[in-house]
Amino acid sequence: MDRRDYPTLFLLILPAALVFLAFFIVPMVRLAFVGASGEDGLAAYVSVLTTPRHFESMVATILLSLGVTFAALAVSTVAGLFLVRNRFPGRETLISVLTLPLAFPGVVIGFLVILLAGRQGLVGDVTQALTGEKLVFAYSMAGLFVGYLYFSIPRVILTIMAAAEKLDPALEEAARSLGAPAWRVVRDVILPALKPGLIASGAICFATSMGAFGTAFTLATRIDVLPMTIYTEFTLNANIAGAASLSITLGLVTWAALFIARSLSGSTVAASG
Amino acid sequence: MTSENTAVSLRACGKTFADGTRALEQLDLEVGGGETLVLLGPSGCGKTTLLRIVAGLEMPDAGGRVLFNDEDVSARPIEKRNVGMVFQSYALFPNMSVAENVAYGLRVRRAPKAEIAARVAEMLAMMRIEELAERRVDQLSGGQRQRVALARAIAVRPRVLLLDEPLTALDALLRDRLRVEIDSLLRSLGITAIYVTHDQAEAMALGDRIVVMSHGRIAQIGTPQEIYHRPANDFVADFIGTVNRLPARFFPEQANGSTELLVRPEDLDVVPAAEADFTGRVTSSLFLGNRTRLVLEGIGPEPLVVESALRGRFDVGTDVPIRVKREGLMTLPNTRPSPTEQRTL
Repeated sequence: MDRRDYPTLFLLILPAALVFLAFFIVPMVRLAFVGASGEDGLAAYVSVLTTPRHFESMVATILLSLGVTFAALAVSTVAGLFLVRNRFPGRETLISVLTLPLAFPGVVIGFLVILLAGRQGLVGDVTQALTGEKLVFAYSMAGLFVGYLYFSIPRVILTIMAAAEKLDPALEEAARSLGAPAWRVVRDVILPALKPGLIASGAICFATSMGAFGTAFTLATRIDVLPMTIYTEFTLNANIAGAASLSITLGLVTWAALFIARSLSGSTVAASG
Repeated sequence: MTSENTAVSLRACGKTFADGTRALEQLDLEVGGGETLVLLGPSGCGKTTLLRIVAGLEMPDAGGRVLFNDEDVSARPIEKRNVGMVFQSYALFPNMSVAENVAYGLRVRRAPKAEIAARVAEMLAMMRIEELAERRVDQLSGGQRQRVALARAIAVRPRVLLLDEPLTALDALLRDRLRVEIDSLLRSLGITAIYVTHDQAEAMALGDRIVVMSHGRIAQIGTPQEIYHRPANDFVADFIGTVNRLPARFFPEQANGSTELLVRPEDLDVVPAAEADFTGRVTSSLFLGNRTRLVLEGIGPEPLVVESALRGRFDVGTDVPIRVKREGLMTLPNTRPSPTEQRTL
């Protein structure tokens, strides 16, 4: 590149750089300092590991997010492949209904979960009629799982459908002509072709589940996922340093997951075989 | 591989798709063991559907049966038929190297590792692509990809090799070269092969027999020579090469009662006026290097195309004396309507 272009380039990047600095870097650095400003100092960052409540909250959040991610990938892959390969009346409507959850904020999704599995919910009514016992799971990790799954599926399904559209049907036919049974066609042809899409949408899914707050807040304040813990520390316990350090930690874990996913999907070709 | 050649029989095989489209009328077809049979026809004539029925990718309509050496395979899906398939789009697995692609069928069959390695090396050597073994598929040219696809299909010692327009995606030069290679490959293997194409030159070069298809029916089956020199109907005469039509009155003794005689452009010669059967006026003259193509008017109801190695110039508007090689005169066996007109859908 020509050296004379640098002033122009600098001017062009300046607006974006200023916004990035003002609304992203500065608050984040401040947050990092706030995290270390409590009576424990930098040790606050270790509190995620040393404070049992924080550690459990972190583990629970990661497990929940992993569970939601894998469930969403499994459900969406099957449904996405079906929708790409079959033409039937109402298909377009079904696809738009499946993507509907994208339009709802977390609060509304929490509300929907309560309507489904809350104390006055549909599941409760049905189970009471059948067994006499009322099944209520909205206000627990199970409720949160259902809610997160609900808003994760559309994100994954659209990516899978886009990837599956590009899959050459002759590839599957070639594998079958060579004697591959259905499960091998899935393992050797379909999944490798969908792999970049699965990793990318899985990473987004994981990151969203790690940070989601609205649904958890609607369902119950007693669910100990990390965003709820941060909220509790911040508002109820006035432990600002703790909340800040937890926030930074949450950010780092999520960012690391996205980073790993990105490097994995970049090396799909080299890693296969 | 040559020890046991599989003959293929189709009995009463037709195909109607779920939306009611009739892709293939009910037909019978025999492919001899070791024979290369070419299915030739324009797009939508049913040739690919026929191939996919043999492969097991499509099931024939009720009553249709597919036999490999008298063994009924109709109910078997493709993965249990032991066929080799080569596709127009190559269909190589992008997540595997060249060697892994070729090895795939053997790995699925759980062959011993040493045997797989030996067979892969043999296949790559046969297709002369040993140096590509560790390459990724996206690093290969079209011709190399199709060689890999052939090696992969043959590696499992299939009973029947099925090729679906394997050369269509290649450029002309490469197509000619690979056509020669495929021809010698099929002959040296002695494997039963069914080859689908819309390119008549490819069909002529490769087929022991050619099945010309039109609108889901067989228009004619025969050797390339039979198809070219004794077309069974108008469709075949027009689809294969160029054909001129002459009124029967020019050569009543050769016409055998039909109203029209057919003659290929290369069976017409420009001769001295004394030897001529008739003269025609040049309306177009095209020098093609090894031959010249003249279009003449004023002989029959349709313009006449002459193609032969001519020296000299033929200006538009001049009269040219023409002699017809008697052995080149063809009549259609009967005046039954062509398959195009038979279509009653």
